[in-house]
Amino acid sequence: MNLSMKWLADYIDCSDIPVKNFCYDITMSGSKVERYDAEGAEISKVVVGKLLSVVAHENSDHLVVCMVDVGEDKPIQIVTGASNVEAGQYVPVALDGSTLPGGVKIKKGKLRGVESNGMLCSLGELGLTVHDFPYAIENGIFILGDDCDLTLGKDIKEAIGLNDITVEFEITSNRPDCMSVIGLAREAHATFNRPLNVKAPEFTGTDGDINKIMSVRIDNPKLCQRYMAAVVKNVKIEPSPRWIRERLRACGVRPINNFVDITNYVMLEYGHPMHAFDLRYVNGSSIIVRNAKNGEKITTLDGIERTLSEEMLVIADADKPVAVAGVMGGEYSGIMDDTTTVVFEAACFDGASVRTTAKKLGMRTDASSRYEKGLDPNCTPEALMRACQLVEQLGAGEVIKTYIDCDHCDKSHREVEFDSKWINDFLGTDIPEADMIKYLESLDFKIENGKVIAPYFRIDIECKADIAEEVARIYGYNNIPSTIIKGIAKAQRTPKQKFEREITNTMLALGVNEITTYSFISPKYFDKINLPNDSKLRNAVKIKNPLGEDTSIMRTSILPSMCEVLARNYNYRNQSVAFFELGNEYLPVEGEILPAEPSRLAVGMYGNEYDFYYLKGTIEELLDRIGLSDYDIEAANADCGIDEFFAFHPGRCAVILKNGKALGILGELHPDVLKNYDIGIRVYAAKLLVPEIIELSSSEKVYKPLPKYPAITRDISVVCDESLPAASLEKAISKAVGKILESVTLFDVYQGKQIESGKKSVSYSIVMRSHEGTLTDEQADNAMKKALKAITELGAELRA
Amino acid sequence: MREALEKIEQAAKEQLEMVSEAKALEELRVKFLGKKGELTAILKQMGKLSPEERPVIGQLANKVRSDIEQAIAQRLESINNAEKEKRLKEETLDVTLPGKKIKIGKPHPLNKVLNEVEEVFIGMGFDIVEGPEVETDHYCFEALNMPKHHPARDTQDTFYINENVVLRTQTSSVQIRTMENTKPPIRIISPGRVYRSDTVDATHSPLFHQIEGLVIDKGITMSDLKGTLELLMKRLYGEECKIRLRPHHFPYTEPSAEVDIMCFNCGGKGCSMCKQEGYVELLGAGMVHPKVLRDCGIDPEIYSGFAFGIGLERITMGRFNINDMRLLYENDLRFLGQF
Repeated sequence: MNLSMKWLADYIDCSDIPVKNFCYDITMSGSKVERYDAEGAEISKVVVGKLLSVVAHENSDHLVVCMVDVGEDKPIQIVTGASNVEAGQYVPVALDGSTLPGGVKIKKGKLRGVESNGMLCSLGELGLTVHDFPYAIENGIFILGDDCDLTLGKDIKEAIGLNDITVEFEITSNRPDCMSVIGLAREAHATFNRPLNVKAPEFTGTDGDINKIMSVRIDNPKLCQRYMAAVVKNVKIEPSPRWIRERLRACGVRPINNFVDITNYVMLEYGHPMHAFDLRYVNGSSIIVRNAKNGEKITTLDGIERTLSEEMLVIADADKPVAVAGVMGGEYSGIMDDTTTVVFEAACFDGASVRTTAKKLGMRTDASSRYEKGLDPNCTPEALMRACQLVEQLGAGEVIKTYIDCDHCDKSHREVEFDSKWINDFLGTDIPEADMIKYLESLDFKIENGKVIAPYFRIDIECKADIAEEVARIYGYNNIPSTIIKGIAKAQRTPKQKFEREITNTMLALGVNEITTYSFISPKYFDKINLPNDSKLRNAVKIKNPLGEDTSIMRTSILPSMCEVLARNYNYRNQSVAFFELGNEYLPVEGEILPAEPSRLAVGMYGNEYDFYYLKGTIEELLDRIGLSDYDIEAANADCGIDEFFAFHPGRCAVILKNGKALGILGELHPDVLKNYDIGIRVYAAKLLVPEIIELSSSEKVYKPLPKYPAITRDISVVCDESLPAASLEKAISKAVGKILESVTLFDVYQGKQIESGKKSVSYSIVMRSHEGTLTDEQADNAMKKALKAITELGAELRA
Repeated sequence: MREALEKIEQAAKEQLEMVSEAKALEELRVKFLGKKGELTAILKQMGKLSPEERPVIGQLANKVRSDIEQAIAQRLESINNAEKEKRLKEETLDVTLPGKKIKIGKPHPLNKVLNEVEEVFIGMGFDIVEGPEVETDHYCFEALNMPKHHPARDTQDTFYINENVVLRTQTSSVQIRTMENTKPPIRIISPGRVYRSDTVDATHSPLFHQIEGLVIDKGITMSDLKGTLELLMKRLYGEECKIRLRPHHFPYTEPSAEVDIMCFNCGGKGCSMCKQEGYVELLGAGMVHPKVLRDCGIDPEIYSGFAFGIGLERITMGRFNINDMRLLYENDLRFLGQF
């Protein structure tokens, strides 16, 4: 809502308050100012001048030389190219050193050898259009009319009324009454505690019975509680006077003609939309407020044909819709230059219905944005009265004294119990009851019999808390004391939150950087990570109104988000990166309204220092830290239980298993996937299922006594088939050595000349220790024998 | 013999001076004091001396021996010292050469700030509660006093899954779920991802993060809300930081407020960063609307409470002077490595 300060001054005098303070104070009492602008702020040293003479330029056939009286001792000479100038006219003169909108500066100079000491201005050069001054022309000098102050040398901004200040308010949806000059004047009245001068509008009218001229019928009183109509005869369609045009302009509304301007003026002043019909085009002279028929059509004022549906409310004549109720009028029945009889409509339509209709038709108008917040039908009459008053004031036609009022509305006021103690207890304040009453009365509330009675226009008042807010905002939010919540509260993170923090902290300690990605992805990403067409991951939650395909489904896999980030970093020529993200996947659940949102850990890395075993080591360290033990990491396959398997290099992909349950997958990305992402380097990635891991982990750490007795270390090198997983050798050794095993560590894997092809040599260092006493060589030898036997059973033999 | 002894001592001391290595010193010790050394050789001739002379020469011989030993020891120490000095000198490093790059992961700036906020709230007795991001219309809107067609829904452009399921536009949905399941007193914050269909630009993202707080108990007042927010901001931004409350409207709180923080750049004087206002909008807050309480099964005649919602992106960007929200979701290592 843009407010004209000149207009506001009709109702409350705030002229002595600097605009900055006005804006601050009214913001702090609840009407937020977004910005304010002084009109014509860029215009300086432009004055009213009178053309004394206009003669042809001696060196040009399109320039003329003017002598202009600008109220100084001597007239000044100005050369212009305009063809609409004649001696005797009054014009805006930009003097030497003046400024105009758009940063234009005017300096004296010579045009074709003739001195020119300034410039005569057009409307456009002053930042105006012909809508502001309909008698002026677009391509030519603005010849000032009678509605301007023609004092020579007068600052042009004052002379033509380009000196208003507009204040832009952000009005919240609960206060449609403040989308009006009078509404804001009331707020200013309460804020600045100075008199408010609002009188009920009245008109004289001419004799006549409106019921003989037209009729109104409401078919759906639920969606239209009140419809009022007045008729104006013998109208004279012409431009509005300057003061109306000026105020509309300040509020950002384009002046059209006197009747259209009156409807807009009333809407801006009272916050109540109006409409004007040409009675000629209301067939049968009857107005029917009814639901549209499915498929019914209307061409609205903006010239677009709209197809209506039956939940929409229309204003119809005997045959067809003439307006979409509360949204926009029809082109056919609008005011034209030859209109002779006008019907004014002031009606109150249901907010939700207007909102749905406007949304469905894709046309939000000044009218619909007011209706949809909910207007009180008890405020309808003053809008109609004001319009009629303005017609008479402008001498624009004869208003018939009688008017139609189809009224189905509730006349009761909203009432709430007045309990000053409750209000103080609720706010934590100590405001005297008398002050509260003063605040409320300044906002037009009445206090009667222990009740607060709200004025009609306050559609937002429902409960005690609403009254508390009114009191608080006038008292001043910042005058409320600051206190600390009473009572003891204990707080701690949940086990899940602690676990996830441990994951994050460990990954950071392991040198992996944290990323945050969008939860929505493109369905195409499934192809990019090689998912088979029948993969269950392709069944995702779809957004009905996405911004674009790339963000159209909720991810069922966190992996493509990671791939996108890796690809972007590769593209940015970041040499080597390691990233992790702890984020959700969104998995539809059969028979449930909402998807499951399990948390997942994604890891991704590329660069010289990274390989499969670096990634594996990172994951192992993490799992150790978060308390997962006795798990296996095995070669993954298509049936490993994790669908992202297809994104990985089939020979370099492993699955993390515990108790037969897959807890994660890790490996090198498939070359096809790298190609899809345009990454020219090997990439290692992993995905871990966090809730599943939490379930099988134990964060309890128990101290083990430090060893008292020395350990014995034995190395063993064996040769086996290259396909035999090293993990199975390790397991066999552990089992065979038994209780005295402290650790078994791989220290070499060799394939080459000294080994038969198809075989590999694997070397372990085995540390044994007893907690009961010093191990003997014999005990160690025995254990090693058992270990050797166990691995021989796997087809390995001691390396010669 | 006396002369011979004195000569030896003389010779030993002279030669010691010439020695500069531990090894040569040892050779010298053997030469003079060893079993086959010069001193021993002289002592062997002691038998030839008269009984009167023997103890005198013997004493002298012992003195010569201990003098030489002492001289050797002294010399050794100085040689060792010299060698140590030399080694230390040789080992001098250019300490201005760069340190070895030790890798440590960097937290995402959003999580870094979220963590700090969570710590402050845990310290103030707030539990951290999570909830679904794909949410029913009921929890996201209706239970928050925003029935279908409520005009306030327009300010939160919503992604719809179907007519009754949305991507939550605020984490207030978690508050409703908590109020339905928990008896007061309630003191929670609910951080998390929220979604609004805003096109991506420097200050908008269709996905962002909120931290919403909720306190419900007997006798909770608006002054408690003010005190809590002031405390939070002081913990986050320092004791000198100032906030102000401005009346606003949210359907789920009454009274409602927007909370501004004094501009760090100009200290409230007004500058280009705060659009000359001296304050920057920070969060929304208010007293929980009685209707919301009642619908969650909490009697508003007995209990009251407040709620607030902070945009994590906003405070993170303010904190690190980040001028483009897109950077937060682009995850360029050159950006992430800075936090």
